[in-house]
Amino acid sequence: MTYSYYKNMQLNNIIFVYQGEVTADLVSSILQMMENKLDGDGEDKKIKKKVFNVMVECLQNVYHHLDTLEVVNPDDDVNDRTALLMIGKEENDYYVITGNHILNNRVSNVRERLEKVNGCNKDELKTLYQSILNEGSLSEKGTAGLGMIDIARKSGQKLGYDFHPVNEKYSFFSLEAKVSRI
Amino acid sequence: MLEPLKIEPTHKTPKVYFDPANNIFELSGRSIPEDSVGFYKRILDWIDDYSAGPNDKTDFKFELEYFNTSSSKNILELLKKLEKIHQGGKAVHISWYYDEDDEDMEETGQDYKALLSVPLELIMKVY
Repeated sequence: MTYSYYKNMQLNNIIFVYQGEVTADLVSSILQMMENKLDGDGEDKKIKKKVFNVMVECLQNVYHHLDTLEVVNPDDDVNDRTALLMIGKEENDYYVITGNHILNNRVSNVRERLEKVNGCNKDELKTLYQSILNEGSLSEKGTAGLGMIDIARKSGQKLGYDFHPVNEKYSFFSLEAKVSRI
Repeated sequence: MLEPLKIEPTHKTPKVYFDPANNIFELSGRSIPEDSVGFYKRILDWIDDYSAGPNDKTDFKFELEYFNTSSSKNILELLKKLEKIHQGGKAVHISWYYDEDDEDMEETGQDYKALLSVPLELIMKVY
């Protein structure tokens, strides 16, 4: 059993995976651990910075925006803020994947924002970033609405995403950002 | 004279050292806290106090390694306060340092420069 997990992760080039509750401390710990790993692996400084930046935004994005699953069954976890966080390293790319529940009524808004970001070229992303930075205000969570744009800018590649319907109230939202190692 | 503001760096928050008597204004390191508003409030409040009686010339140095989008908004607020001092007739010069291989930090400096009228110089650190 353990061996098959191990082989599976290795086959899929997964260097880190976490499934569980996402807290501020957890995000910090993962970032520190991954930074040490990137240093230990002797990754190029420029790539290391990009990967770290993308990890910060992706992980903090989940921390701020995941929707807590309400208890449907009393036997379920009381305060389900669980998510999936995954980091992979392939020959040509690092990738950061996050998965979390969001309310169905938020799906179209998040999808539209992702479509907009993916429809922008480098210069358009820069313009979009500057206008939101200048005009937008911070939400009550202290977020600036810049996360996805920033991830797309630093990644330099299109964002992958999916909304998987779970029930009448929730969907499972996954986001994949890649950073080229070349 | 306003008391200097000194905040030691952590793995998520920058070193802050504002000392008007010696014309030192530095923000350096990493700024990736989840709650950037909480962290920056103290800094922005201090700058408000400083704005009441700023030096004839303020040399402000940013030397950041990493920062998150939540911090970016607060840093813009900080820069806008410095811009106000500049507009009020006192000289302000901002130095934005970035590593030679860090095009993202360079672009961020360009983003701020595009949004502000206060003199902001992008300075590449060569190793």
